[in-house]
Amino acid sequence: MTTFLTYFTVVLAVIGLVQIVRIFELAAKLKGEQNLDEISDKENHFNAVAMLVVGMSFVLFVAYSFKLWGHHLLPESSSEHGAAIKGLWDATMFLILFVFFITQPLLFWFSYKYRGRKGNKAIYQTHNNKLEVLWTSVPAIVLTGLVIYGINTWNKVMMPDTSEAHLIEVYAQQFFWTARHAGDDNQLGAAHYTLIEPTNTLGVDINDTASADDIIVREIHLPVDKQVLMKFRSQDVIHSAYLPHFGVQMNCVPGMVTQFAFTPIKTTKEMREEMGDDEFDYVLLCNKICGAAHYNMQIKVVVETQEEYEAWLAEQQTFQALASN
Amino acid sequence: MADHGHHHEETFITKYVFSQDHKMIAKQFLLTGMFMGVIGVIMSAFFRLQLAWPEKGFPILETFLGKWAPDGVMDPNIYLALVTIHGTIMVFFVLTAGLSGTFSNLLIPLQIGARDMASGFLNMLSYWFFFLSSLVMIISLFVQSGPAAAGWTIYPPLSALPQAMPGSGLGMTLWLVSMSLFIVSALLGGLNYIVTVLNLRTQGMSMTRLPLTMWAFFVTAILGVLSFPVLLSASLLLIFDRSFGTAFYLSDIMIQGEILTQTGGSPILFQHLFWFLGHPEVYIILLPALGITSEVVSTNARKPIFGYRAMVGSILAIAFLSFIVWGHHMFMTGMNPFLGSVFTFTTLLIAIPSAVKVFNYLTTLWKANIQFTPAMLFSIGLVSTFISGGLTGLILGDSALDINVHDTYFVTAHFHIVMGLSAIFGMFAGVYHWFPKMYGRMMNRGLGYAHFWITFIAAYGVFYPMHFLGLAGLPRRYYSNTAFPMFDGLVEINELISVFAILGVVAQLLFFFNFFYSIFRGRKASQNPWRSNTLEWTTPVERIHGNWPGEIPTVHRWAYDYSKPGMDEDYVPQTTPLKEGEEEGH
Repeated sequence: MTTFLTYFTVVLAVIGLVQIVRIFELAAKLKGEQNLDEISDKENHFNAVAMLVVGMSFVLFVAYSFKLWGHHLLPESSSEHGAAIKGLWDATMFLILFVFFITQPLLFWFSYKYRGRKGNKAIYQTHNNKLEVLWTSVPAIVLTGLVIYGINTWNKVMMPDTSEAHLIEVYAQQFFWTARHAGDDNQLGAAHYTLIEPTNTLGVDINDTASADDIIVREIHLPVDKQVLMKFRSQDVIHSAYLPHFGVQMNCVPGMVTQFAFTPIKTTKEMREEMGDDEFDYVLLCNKICGAAHYNMQIKVVVETQEEYEAWLAEQQTFQALASN
Repeated sequence: MADHGHHHEETFITKYVFSQDHKMIAKQFLLTGMFMGVIGVIMSAFFRLQLAWPEKGFPILETFLGKWAPDGVMDPNIYLALVTIHGTIMVFFVLTAGLSGTFSNLLIPLQIGARDMASGFLNMLSYWFFFLSSLVMIISLFVQSGPAAAGWTIYPPLSALPQAMPGSGLGMTLWLVSMSLFIVSALLGGLNYIVTVLNLRTQGMSMTRLPLTMWAFFVTAILGVLSFPVLLSASLLLIFDRSFGTAFYLSDIMIQGEILTQTGGSPILFQHLFWFLGHPEVYIILLPALGITSEVVSTNARKPIFGYRAMVGSILAIAFLSFIVWGHHMFMTGMNPFLGSVFTFTTLLIAIPSAVKVFNYLTTLWKANIQFTPAMLFSIGLVSTFISGGLTGLILGDSALDINVHDTYFVTAHFHIVMGLSAIFGMFAGVYHWFPKMYGRMMNRGLGYAHFWITFIAAYGVFYPMHFLGLAGLPRRYYSNTAFPMFDGLVEINELISVFAILGVVAQLLFFFNFFYSIFRGRKASQNPWRSNTLEWTTPVERIHGNWPGEIPTVHRWAYDYSKPGMDEDYVPQTTPLKEGEEEGH
């Protein structure tokens, strides 16, 4: 019955539309407008006003949206390189909004102001070399600045000195993450995918002495204010390790080891206080489509003081202990 | 003999099915593109339901998706498949074949003054390869294991291994077959467009007198011919990896407890090959829309397009740069940071020709006498979305800023506005503007206005809020956002987006109704309804094979002499000889 009613309504709607269109056409004919191709002043006026109203409303809404939805944005970065990126971000946003709030209103204003009217004539203007040189060179100069600023920031973030960093491996597979802390020697033991077994899910080489004190866990713990060098591997398809609160992202590619170094500067506890949310936890999530449960591939990240970190580390089983069990 | 042998009898088959007439082929491309568009857009409505109301069952989903949506709740696998096929259809079938295929075919011979394409036969083949490609893509929707679901970028190993997801089974094979056919179609079409523009221009139609639509289509065709073969090779290698045990893209993989024997390949290689097409593809979509807009804006502003040479220059600059920026899609793949710097530099350069185009559009509107046809409305809409979407490119193209927004909804917002909306607005503008050349009738203006205004509002309503989702750290391609407390607050934005999305989809009924009603019942068109300068409006309304009944007209001036002082009308067709002492415009 509902199906029938749906179809019936659709058919009625189409018939209604046909009739409305025909009425308009007949009315236009009756009025005896000489040239139906010409857009009447009334139509131009309607659309010009709509341009102004709808266009300006959009521009105003964009301005208002930062107030309306600003609280959804990620909190200030919890890692050291966040400040450098924020500087670049602010400069770029300023430029974007500056251009947006000039060009969009101009577009809608011109559309309104220069709406067609019978008897009006546009000016004949084909080009203006001075003007064109100006608006080619100004963007070129501004962008040169932006490119230099951007590349400098990128190099600082991506190529820091990591000689003092402590090492963690983040291992991806459908659809969960595993972390391997390097242990006291700060060296990750060798690993190979052919060594993977149910008891050795990362394929760590037991004969490599560096692997003995590695600690394999399902939670990432990081000491605050200490640089960490994350190494990424994947078992099956491409995943991407994304730590939104730290401004960190890197793909995990099978057959390759990728890396990202950063320094967390706020503990989970500090962050909870700051956000007024006792439940808050940092998280590392998958940000490259990897299959059905992609949307739920995550691992908790805990940032804590050096003492808390060491205490936690001491409680964990080393790879050697795990393997001998 | 002025009839050039075009009076031989046409059967139904040679006239409507295996036609070699560019105007008929254009309509075939348009109708097929529209049909695919309906599928692609309905898919997006489905996954918007899932994203806004993840726990809720919708009977309509079960009706259409069957076993993939038990009790109307979508399965994660079909969610990914819908996203994948939506992207594929919109990017390739609607905005490449539907847009370029339609308007390059329709307009190139008409605007340069040629009787038809250089090779009508290749042109016909081009359409039928596209038709086959569409058919295979549609068939792939019905296979047991579901359609391809690895995202429209089909990165291996996910797309290479049937063990990785059901969509990487037969569905993926068909996707690759379909795309290979599609590329054949694109190449046949593209070669034809290039040859036609270079060789078949009428007397007086020098390259510097070409309308901007022609420049845009010409450069687009060059982009396609240079980049599509690379995607074809990427697809072929992927087919080898999937079916014949090669290891171009695979190495060191263990999946579902099985250690694969392939070693030595690189998944990143595929990304390089894919984006070597993928980025020019963005401009293959966008340039024709910009070309159409230039023509429509100038005609309806009743004013010459401002800075014709700069417009041509920026088309060429954008096209050149589009070949050396592909790496910005791969900043997070672990590439050498130096390479990231290079791609940041080349990517941000594109902002310069883009800015020039925007300023030229704005100046064209200044002191104009704007006639708000539906085509003009969509063109102004395009300028607006081109600005809004282009600006956020400054963030995504800057590698350091990309780290935190890469693969989030910020990207989804950016490319839907700058490429999706702009291109679809350009396509609508083209349909409204050249409908009389296709069907000899006019579309209804009132419905056109309603269509534009609802679409414009709904479009921004859908894609503007997505920036905030991205800035909140929300990854794209998530089946549901319920697994993370940090995304709980975003539900309200997601609901708003979905409401606008449904409004936008429903508004397209106005267009479809108007289109099909007008084909049969629309007001009869006059020869030059928009009082335009270009050559297509000198052809008779009846749309004869060979385009002009007598000699092909000779061109005496550029296409943009609108409101020229000293002329009787506010337009001067390109066929009008220069008056004594008159200087040519640009």
